[in-house]
Amino acid sequence: MIDPEARYLRTHEWAKDEGRGVFAVGLSSYALEQLGDIVYLELPEVGDTVEQGGTFGVVESVKAASDLYAPLGGEVVEVNRAAAENPDMLKEDPYEEGWLIKIKASNPSEFEDLMDAREYKQFLETEAE
Amino acid sequence: MKLVFEKSSAGRRGLRIPKSDVPTSIHLKKEYLRAQPAALPELSELDVVRHFTELSRRNYGVDTNFYPLGSCTMKYNPKVCERIASYPGFAHLHPLLPQLRGGGMLTQGALEVLYETDLMLREICGMAAFTMQPMAGAHGELTGIMMMAAYHRDRGNHKTTVLVPDSAHGTNPASAAIAGYTVKTVPSDEHGCMSLSALKAMLNEETAGIMLTCPNTLGLFNPHVKEICELVHSVDGLAYYDGANLNAIVGKVRPGDLGFDIVHVNLHKTFATPHGGGGPGAGPVGVVEKLVDYLPVSVVVKREDGTYALEYNRPKSIGYIAPFYGNFGVILRAYVYLLMLGREGLERVAENAVLNANYIKEKLKPYYDLPHPGICKHECVLSAARQVKESGVHALDIAKALIDAGFHPPTMYFPTIVKESLMIEPTECESKETLDAFIEAMIAIAQKARTEPETLKAAPMTTPVGRLDETKAARELNIACL
Repeated sequence: MIDPEARYLRTHEWAKDEGRGVFAVGLSSYALEQLGDIVYLELPEVGDTVEQGGTFGVVESVKAASDLYAPLGGEVVEVNRAAAENPDMLKEDPYEEGWLIKIKASNPSEFEDLMDAREYKQFLETEAE
Repeated sequence: MKLVFEKSSAGRRGLRIPKSDVPTSIHLKKEYLRAQPAALPELSELDVVRHFTELSRRNYGVDTNFYPLGSCTMKYNPKVCERIASYPGFAHLHPLLPQLRGGGMLTQGALEVLYETDLMLREICGMAAFTMQPMAGAHGELTGIMMMAAYHRDRGNHKTTVLVPDSAHGTNPASAAIAGYTVKTVPSDEHGCMSLSALKAMLNEETAGIMLTCPNTLGLFNPHVKEICELVHSVDGLAYYDGANLNAIVGKVRPGDLGFDIVHVNLHKTFATPHGGGGPGAGPVGVVEKLVDYLPVSVVVKREDGTYALEYNRPKSIGYIAPFYGNFGVILRAYVYLLMLGREGLERVAENAVLNANYIKEKLKPYYDLPHPGICKHECVLSAARQVKESGVHALDIAKALIDAGFHPPTMYFPTIVKESLMIEPTECESKETLDAFIEAMIAIAQKARTEPETLKAAPMTTPVGRLDETKAARELNIACL
């Protein structure tokens, strides 16, 4: 499942434009499938700054711990604490309720650097080879 | 099997303590006292003995079965090493003795073991000197990176970054980060080895060094390893050899000859001392001549009269990194192992470890995906991607089914650059019969994945407890139920 509204990183994080320079960020359903059950999510604090392509947290599953990469640079303005406490909700609704953080982008045009849904779908097909 | 608490019977005792005939008084404040007596199990001595004997019979180890846990080198630990380590002259030695007046002369044998193990490791690794102190591989890494930092400080170098490959053990970036460096990950090329072009692009004046496991966690020896070390040296960086996979090349290739400056050796892997379950291990670290001054104190030295002593006067040393002299009992076992095998024996260790891994790889190639074909070193990494696609059977299910077949599972889901990975390291110790039995079990599981995948999903069936809820175990960390 790929959200047509979102744009994607090769590391499977998505970003969605919420208007006024704020972007919601989460993990694609493909990534969540690959990870298996998530046991722990480490998310930043509101007010932290992140760089595009820099890490903003850690996701730990029964298989492995992986860094989370920011699709855009800017300031973290909201953190989904409910998701951190109940990681199961990510799988249930990866593109809406399962968002992880919201970023006030310092350069909203970075959004254009990301893969759109069609490109991401193609990317996943090559990944699956 | 019942828990020891479930076997409890009210009022039953293993022994009765006589009534105290001296006055007793308790001065603890009330808030430190229990409101109620602790709910300890009440059992007879025989109940307790039977309980723990039964538990001990469920132990699984190299002494009972094949243990192909990749990247862990679970080789057989010869019993003669245990025997010698239990000699009272070694086992009852007090670690403070060499520091007491005249105590050094009472510990000459132990100091000689440390000194000679150092000499042998120098020869094996091509290094100028070793510290025997680090208690494990990761501790060795931190010690090595601290010496790297000391070297750069001493030279007035401004260095910020340590490079690690994407196939590295997680301890590499952790050690570099704890020592204060930023960690950058170098991607692998299509052959599964560190990409030379990516390395060139990432290398600059701020590079403190590189950490490399060679062969890497895919069991592949990087053909460019010498060039990598030269590139790192060209910016006055240092090359760190993670000895996790030394078993593949021991006696054949010396990291020092490849250009490495710092090496850690896992005695508990390559040199056959017991490990698993958290240790104790030993991770001695060797360095080239230009780094010798930074070694931790103390250092065992041989005086002109042939006696051994501990030297502390090392102004450039990074200081103490462990209490006393490392895990002496582990070092002693490795010393015995090294003396038994000798130079020729060590070469055969590497040859047979590599032969065994390649035998398994070639036999299983038709049944599982092999993302990096060709000759591997001491371990091979298969992928269950085919099984996932065809029948939804994951690496985890295959691992659990192997338990039912009587084998310890391989390492799974590592290295992370291979999907659904199964990392198999047979070591040199296993006979062809054992390897064949394991191969047959793996083939039977691959066939079952097609014909009856649901049985694999339910594995293991033959163990005291069935499939554990790993998610619950990882999420609910309070296991003591206090």
